[in-house]
Amino acid sequence: MAVMARPRGMVREEVVDRFATEKSIAGWNILVAFLALALGGLMGVLQVLQYNGIDLYRPLKAILPGGYYQGLTLHGVLNVLVFTTFYIIGFLTFIAAKAFNRPLASKGMAWFTFYFMVAGLLIAAVPILLNRATVMFTFYPPLKANGFYYLGLTMVVVGTYFLLVNLVMTYRAWRKENPAAKTPLAAYMSIITMTMWVIATFGIATEMIFLLIPWAFGLVPGTDVLLARTLFWFTGHPIVYFWLLPAYISWYTLVPKQAGGKLFSEPMARVSFVLFLVLSVPIGIHHQYTDPGISQIWKLVHFIFTVGVFFPSLLTFFNVVASLEHAGRSRGGEGWLAWIFALPWKEPSFTTQVFAMLLFAFGGAGGVINASYNLNLVVHNTSWISGHFHLTVGSAVALTFMGITYWLVPYLTGRALWSKGLGLAQAWLWLIGMILFSHFMHMLGLHGMPRRTMIGAAPYVLPEWKLLLPFTMIGGLLMFTSALCFLVNTLMTIYAGRREEPAEVPFAKALSGPEDVPAVLDRFWPWVLGSLVLVAINYGPTLYFLVSTGRFNIPGLSPW
Amino acid sequence: MIKNDEKFIGYIFEVAWILPSVAIPVAVITAVVLTAFAVGIRVPDVAGRIEPKAIAVTAPFDQPGLRELAPGKYEAAIVAQVFLFTPNEIEIPAGSEVTFVLTSRDVIHGFKIVGTAVNMMVVPGQISKLTVRFDQPGEYLIVCHEYCGSGHHVMSGKVIVQ
Repeated sequence: MAVMARPRGMVREEVVDRFATEKSIAGWNILVAFLALALGGLMGVLQVLQYNGIDLYRPLKAILPGGYYQGLTLHGVLNVLVFTTFYIIGFLTFIAAKAFNRPLASKGMAWFTFYFMVAGLLIAAVPILLNRATVMFTFYPPLKANGFYYLGLTMVVVGTYFLLVNLVMTYRAWRKENPAAKTPLAAYMSIITMTMWVIATFGIATEMIFLLIPWAFGLVPGTDVLLARTLFWFTGHPIVYFWLLPAYISWYTLVPKQAGGKLFSEPMARVSFVLFLVLSVPIGIHHQYTDPGISQIWKLVHFIFTVGVFFPSLLTFFNVVASLEHAGRSRGGEGWLAWIFALPWKEPSFTTQVFAMLLFAFGGAGGVINASYNLNLVVHNTSWISGHFHLTVGSAVALTFMGITYWLVPYLTGRALWSKGLGLAQAWLWLIGMILFSHFMHMLGLHGMPRRTMIGAAPYVLPEWKLLLPFTMIGGLLMFTSALCFLVNTLMTIYAGRREEPAEVPFAKALSGPEDVPAVLDRFWPWVLGSLVLVAINYGPTLYFLVSTGRFNIPGLSPW
Repeated sequence: MIKNDEKFIGYIFEVAWILPSVAIPVAVITAVVLTAFAVGIRVPDVAGRIEPKAIAVTAPFDQPGLRELAPGKYEAAIVAQVFLFTPNEIEIPAGSEVTFVLTSRDVIHGFKIVGTAVNMMVVPGQISKLTVRFDQPGEYLIVCHEYCGSGHHVMSGKVIVQ
């Protein structure tokens, strides 16, 4: 972005910018992320139109030969894999360095992370665009994509590992100089997030390297479908916390300050993060309640642990809302709820992120239903699920990342946000559009409409679906308009924003701060160990059973 | 011990929130475990493996279709493949208890009977099994709800309850 376009010295003219590398990396990652979101979002519009009988795939046949399902693959890969991962790597690179108040230990490694991920993205993009990988972002075998699709995605994941290495090296250097201090909250949370993610990716890395890549390149004749699927969900559930925790970092360490107050409790914030590290991974089988070949007992155990993760989520809910209340009262707000009106609703960065929290409250409640063992039979693989994750990754995460961008891009470019009004319009349009879209997707799911299905061409559409479908289209179009407002605003900020001295990064102080943090909440190993032990207990028997009875002889098919 | 009142009040609020935050998950777990074990609403369990190449010679899939096991009790053996279920239509009298047994010839498919608790993945190499009672007469839509290729949206069937 503009940071990179101008000579480095101009970012801060009076001093050499110590964070020039981190800022450039954040800028480039954000650029890739929002390009992905733009294209992925466009695919979403095609889908809701198709659901309502407006088929734009036919005129687009030349560039999208796989039609709906190729578009849906793009929608998923670009929005939940590319957009999220690149944004997260950019944001954490920047925010952790700022929190440590020192540049990352290795500039070279930081750039290598980015280049390696981009290389992976390009390699995976070719087969998707050529309609050789129309297997969705879940790529369940034996649907068989071109091998480069798996290879490219693996590279994107492996690239992220280098950020953890870099963060740990930075932490060590920081710790040497600050032997007694508590790790700055945002830095601690960044390392916890990346550690959880690396543990989580054992599953997908194993699936890719030992099962899918050799199979897709023809080195082995077949694969074991259920083992691959189980390894996928080993990563597939905690990946949602990989998306969510960076949003939480913003809600805990930045939003309270932006709201005009302080974080309510830093110890409580750390409790929730270490619990996410321990509990995020050993619960993935709750995505496989309806799978054959996995014992009911382990499904039930994963259910119980999943509900356990609800606990740190509720802590977050309390802590963040209490921080907002503190801010509201600090600004002169009063009453049981009237303090809400004292919050800075005219600030797009604040408003988008609070809307993200609001939508996430519903997403979280729906998530408990999905995870509830036999209750899942009602909603599994219906459009209820699509409605659900548009509230979580599509709102809590995407909207928060947009909110962060409203201060981060001005910070990176030294230019004021082009239009606050457009930013606020964007936030409201997303809120209203998403409420409509997700509500009606949930309802359609309860009426049995399957997800990931070209409903506009299905011969079995039920009359009650027809009544509900138009609302998903209205919601989808509102969200797309919102995304366009966002893109225009961001681009105009970069190219035409009024120059101004960048503000400070809005790190919040805490009412109960580092002085109240017990030593164990500033450590990593006890929690890593806890996570590994729980993973071994909750996954060991199922994985052993699947490997020992596996036959690895399903040849695969590319039926599109 | 208490350094200042504001922090103490903060702790009270934290505890007041943490207690229901523990109680809610415990209540959810209790409710679900009760419905699973007392009411008997279960999810699919391990029901054995099968060679996809040997489907044609392995019972019950060598003769897909409906079998009456006992009065009012049926087994429906169904084979899924791109993009159809065999058989794709089943007729039973109201009040019947039907055990659906499925496997897939090729890729992963989904099997949901709209309006019932039958919802399972059909995985090549595995046998999927669920039992349900049909009390209300009518036509129940069966949909494949897992993407299985370019014709996924035509893969469906129905259960007719007389």
